[in-house]
Formats: sequence, structure tokens, C-alpha cells
Amino acid sequence: MAKTNKTRSAQLENQRLPVLKTYKMFIGGTFPRTESGRYYAPKVKGQSLGNFCLASRKDLRNSVVAARSAQPGWAARSGYNRSQILYRMAEMLEGRHGQMVDELRLQGATNRQAISEVNLSIERAVYYAGWCDKFQQVFSSVNPVASQHFNFSLLEPTGVVFHVASENQPLLGLVSLVLPIIASGNTVVCLASENKPMSAISLTEAIATSDVPAGVVNVLTGHLDELSAHFSSHLDINSIALNRFNSKQGNRTVRSIREQAVENLKRVKEYDQNWTPTNRQNPYLIADFCEVKTTWHPIEKISAAGSPY
Amino acid sequence: MNQPTDNHWPLTEALESRESIRLAKSYGLFVNGQFIRSSGSKKYWTINPANEKRLSRITESTPKDVDRAVRAARNCYEKHWSRMKPSERGKYIYRIARLIQEQSRELAILETLDGGKPIRESRDIDIPLAAAHFFYYAGWADKLKYAFPNRNPRPLGVAAQVIPWNFPLLMAAWKIAPALACGNTVVLKPAETTSLTALKLAEIIQQADLPAGAVNIITGHGPVGQSLIQHPDVDKIAFTGSTHVGKSIQTALATSGKRSTLELGGKAANIIFADAPIDQAVEGVVNGIYFNQGHVCCAGSRLFVEESVYDQVIEKIKDRIDTLRVGEPLDKNTDIGAINSKKQLAIIDQYIELGTAEGAHLYQPDCPLPDSGFWCLPTMFTDVSQSNRISREEIFGPVLAVQTFRTVAEVIKKANNTRYGLSAGVWTNKGSKIFNMTSQLKAGVIWANTYNQFDPASPFGGYKESGFGREGGLHGLAAYLALK
Repeated sequence: MAKTNKTRSAQLENQRLPVLKTYKMFIGGTFPRTESGRYYAPKVKGQSLGNFCLASRKDLRNSVVAARSAQPGWAARSGYNRSQILYRMAEMLEGRHGQMVDELRLQGATNRQAISEVNLSIERAVYYAGWCDKFQQVFSSVNPVASQHFNFSLLEPTGVVFHVASENQPLLGLVSLVLPIIASGNTVVCLASENKPMSAISLTEAIATSDVPAGVVNVLTGHLDELSAHFSSHLDINSIALNRFNSKQGNRTVRSIREQAVENLKRVKEYDQNWTPTNRQNPYLIADFCEVKTTWHPIEKISAAGSPY
Repeated sequence: MNQPTDNHWPLTEALESRESIRLAKSYGLFVNGQFIRSSGSKKYWTINPANEKRLSRITESTPKDVDRAVRAARNCYEKHWSRMKPSERGKYIYRIARLIQEQSRELAILETLDGGKPIRESRDIDIPLAAAHFFYYAGWADKLKYAFPNRNPRPLGVAAQVIPWNFPLLMAAWKIAPALACGNTVVLKPAETTSLTALKLAEIIQQADLPAGAVNIITGHGPVGQSLIQHPDVDKIAFTGSTHVGKSIQTALATSGKRSTLELGGKAANIIFADAPIDQAVEGVVNGIYFNQGHVCCAGSRLFVEESVYDQVIEKIKDRIDTLRVGEPLDKNTDIGAINSKKQLAIIDQYIELGTAEGAHLYQPDCPLPDSGFWCLPTMFTDVSQSNRISREEIFGPVLAVQTFRTVAEVIKKANNTRYGLSAGVWTNKGSKIFNMTSQLKAGVIWANTYNQFDPASPFGGYKESGFGREGGLHGLAAYLALK
């Protein structure tokens, strides 16, 4: 059972005994605790945030199975439908605005920072909702080949993406990559900010009520160093999204992730940690997790064949 | 050699003349706009795989040579190429395209002599497409901003490029043209068995008067490519070749995280439905696997035939295989030329043995082969199962593995059950079925009612372990630009 976060309970203890939340993970649309039964208690300014699941390799594998089975169905939905679902996410986040701000503050943000991070996160959901049925028109092409063929290229989702979320912006960093990843029809398994995992869990509670199909977004909590060898070598993950680290230890981790990703040629994408600037939202992030598919078909030369039409 | 059996039409020899080509006895390295000697003294012979005769001596570059080439490219990048007006850059590239067209006959003959591919293919496909690639990308040089809305595209710097032996000049064009158009400079290493047309291209680049160091071409075996790719001062790596080598390159890049594009192996499914135009489909299958002796990463090496037309399709393929002419690549009647090297022939022969050992049924035509040189008969295996190695691993030779299917769902599952995802083919007369198939097949290039079509405007590249990045078309530009 999670320990209380004392700041909050102190405010309330005169009135009634607060109900404490058991922090769970989000896998395949359900909220299990880790199968390993392990937990960790990240601290902010010496105070424990609570007991969070310490995800195991088995949890990781379960979430990849969930993501893989959800992927074809999610990709097969229309852009219009995905668009409405992402917009619904924005609606659900708006309703939890206060909670999200409180939790960011508990995790060390100032009031102003917290409000700004929540506002930006909601705006981002609206922004990418709009792209779901538009990015294809921006990035596709009809290719003028020099033979009698109709030839076109379009983007297809890469498949299952593993996302190591930003350590510093536990909400904004997470949504800033999850949204462009799923906008095209990928599914995603996220590893929440290791030291500030609370916002990621609350985000999944919003996602669970946003009509996002089970398995499209999955969130684990735990230690990057424990899981990195497992997700980077997992053969059913197509791509990895990372935030750059500024430490020697972090660089070593990234190097070993890159090395192990080679086994099935995962596409490894790395990004800067700071997701605040407005140019950090753009459709090129959607394209980063897509493959270009080109299709050829012959054109019958009707006029050359002497048809009167 | 040129008359497969007595049952078929006799054809008189139609040998392309070798008189028009200029071939030096020995070649140096093309660095900083000049042909130079290596810092070492090692040279090796490049041979004609159709008769094993020596053609010319090629330089084995040393790490010092590699360094010299990279420094020349860096210098040219900083001082000239990245600062040049983009429209002027474009004009240089147009010059290269024109010079290739002018010298196409010589290039085609050299390509066939050095690599073993039929002259008909080098003359009609390799060389014209190489020229077309330069022509296409030349025009992009001053229009890059239109390709990437809301972005300011910038060149990356020095591109290290390593290319294979199956389409030597064409692959050089695929690599060099977009790199130059985007403002990068280049160090290119052709494959050890097929360096001649790359060196000829170096002469053309000299004639085009490009700034010294914009393109550098260094020759040699695998370790030369390795030291080029690992050189600390290259900014971008582009590789076309085997998945095995591609993975070792990507591993070597793990520390630096440098940008790379990899165009690797394939095991493409070519799918014939019962409602397909069968004769056209059979032509497509034959072209798909026997084009360029099957030395094609996107070769349609797995054939899936709907059960109801299986017997008919197999009979027709056999008829076509029987009439294919295997032999002297310089002969204009030749359909299948020489296998590129002794080493590759040994690999293909091993797979043919393996196919029989795994229980598949072998079909080869009855056709005499020349006494010297490296040759492989067009080969078809029927009764192949999904787990057989000949249907899972890339052979890179004229070997077709045939399986059957009954339903659309079944064939999609089978076709996608591979670690590769470069290309696929679909044959059916039903439009909605085509779109269903082309959207469900996991591959970067899908040919519907056609196969092995290439064009500079058309992006090419794979899903999964067939690599990443695209070459060709607007999408091919992204590999050589930073989008600021």
C-alpha cells in the first residue's frame, strides 16, 4: 500500500482521513500492478511520492503483446476517427486540470511551471488531433515517373514504438511524443519519468476514458537501467523514442540501447529534453515514426491503342 | 552457348564491340579532383566474371588514403560546395547527367565486362537510369525549401557512401546525386569486384569540372569501407548491401549516433491470384527473379500462387525458363549473364543444394554453359515450405521458391512473415483487391501488375530489417539534410 504524500494529507487531516491512491501501470487498457510485486518510492525534496510499480521484463513483454495486437486495428481506423479520439483526450485532460497541476507541484514544479505544463499538454493534444487526418496530405506524393505507371508514396505507421519519457517534464514530455507516435496509427509502450512517475499514471486514467482502444497506449513505471536491455533487444518493437541525457551514465545507456536495437534494426530517434517551445510540436514528429510506402501500377495507354474515347 | 537447346530458334551471335572503350591498365584513387597513387602499394585485378580474364588493376586504399579523401571532402564542403549558390550546384550536377548520357555506350560495355550483367540490361536500364538520377536531383538543388514546408533544410557535411556490386554505376548515382544536390560532399567506395564504372564516373566528374574534393572515389575491399564509415570526420553514412554488413555498420555507429541510411537485403513476395492476367504475371515473375541474375535486393524470390491456377502458372514459368539464354553478357540476345564473382556463385550453389536437401523440388533448364566464368542456371524450387531456408534467407541469385495459397488472409500472413520488408508484387485484375493487398503488405515498394520498375522520382527503401531511409524522389532528399 502506498504511503501518503504528506503535504497533501497534512492539509486535509483535520477534516477527514484521505483515501490514498495505489499507483498502478497501464497495460492493454487495464490497470495491473507489476507481476513482480516489486515497488520503488521516488522522493522529491526528501519526501516520498508513494510506492510505484517497479516494472519487470515480463511486464514489458506483456505490454508489447498488448501494443502489437492493438496496432493493426488502430492503424485501420480512419484519420477522422483517430482525430476525434485525440481530441477526446484533450477534453479528458481539461477536466483533470487541477489534479494534474497538483501532482506536478508534488513532483517539484512551481505553481506557474505546473500550470504552464498542463496547459501546453492539453494544447498539444488538440494540435495533434488536428493532424491525424492531414499529415498524409502533407507528406505523401504522386511521383512523376518516366514510364506508363501510376506511382504514389504515402506514410504508414512503423508499428510498435517504445518511448522512454522525458525525465524533467513528466507530463508534457510524455504527451509530446505519445501524441505524434499514435496519430499515424502506431501503438506505444512508455516508460514513465523514473523520478516523477505520478503524472504519467494520471494521464493513463484520462486516456482510459478517451475512447483510446485498449493497448494503443501502455505505460510502465520503473528503472530505465533495468529495462533498457530488454526493450532495446525485443524483436517485436519497431522503433525507440529517447530523450537525450546529459550525463555520462545516460550516454552509456543510450549507446547500449543503440547497439542492441541493431538486432532487428529498430529505428532509434533521439530528442532534446525541453518540450516547452512551440516549435517542439510539428508534423515531422509524426513522420519520424512512419515508413514511406511506394506503390506502382501500369497505366493502359487507351489513346495510343486507338480508342475513339 | 547462345543456343539453349535444339528445340528453340537458333540465334546468331550479336556481340557488342569492345572497340569503343578506353580501359587503363591500372587505376589510382580519385581524391581532391585528381587521380592519385595510394600511400600503400597494394593493387588487385578486377576480372571479367564471364571468362575470368583480367581487365585492369585496382588500388587497395590504405587508412591514410581514406583520411586524405575525407579531408579533401571536408575542405571542399567548407570552402566551396556548401557555400555555392544552389542553382550553380544544380548546374554542375546537370553536367554530370549529360556527360553520362554522352558516354553511355562505353559505360554500358564496361559495366557488363566488369560485372557480368547482360549488355541489354546495362545499356537499357543501368546507365540511362544513372543519368536520369543525376538529372532529377540536379533540379532539386535550388528548390529544397519546397520539399520541407516550414523548415530550413541544411546540408549535413561529408557523406561516406559504400555501395554494392549488383548495380555499380546506378548505385553510385543513387548515392552521389542527392548528396551533392543537398550541398554535401562525398567519399564513395564502390564494391571491390565492380570499380570500373565508378572510376569512369570520376573521369566524368573531372570533365564536368566540379570543385576539387566535392566527390572522392576510393577503391578496395571491405576494410576500406569500414575505415571510411568509422572515420571521425564524416557526418553521414549511406550504405547499400547485405543486411549482415549493414548491421555491423549500425553497431559501429552506436557510440557516435551519426545519421545513417541503410538499404539492405530482401526476400520479396510476388503474389499471383487466380484472376490475374496470367501471361503478364508469368513475365513479371521471370523478370522479378532472373533480372540481373537475381542479384537484386528487391528480387521477387518468393512466389505465391493461388492454388486453382498453380499448375498452369508453373507450366508457363517452365516454358519461359527453357527459353532464357544464359551466356556471354556482351551478346545482345543474352537474358542471364554471369554471376558476379566466384564467391557469390559458391553461396548460390550452396542454397541450391540446401533447397533439395530440405525437400523442395528443383527445376532447371537443359542448357549448356560456357567453360570458363561463373554461371548459374535459372532455378525454380516448388513444394517449398514457409520454414525452408530457401524461402527465408536472401540468396541473391536466380533462385525462385514457390509456395501456394487459398485465401487473401493466408497469403498476406505468409508474405509478411519475414524479417525483410523491401518490396512485394501483386498480380490480380481486381482493383479493390490490389488496394487491399498493397495496403497490407509490409514493404517499402509494392509493384501491382508489374515488377522491378525503378525511377529517380520514385522513393525506394525498406521496412524492418531491409534497412531505413529512402532513396529517390522527394523523400530521398531527407537523408541528406538537417531540417532546422
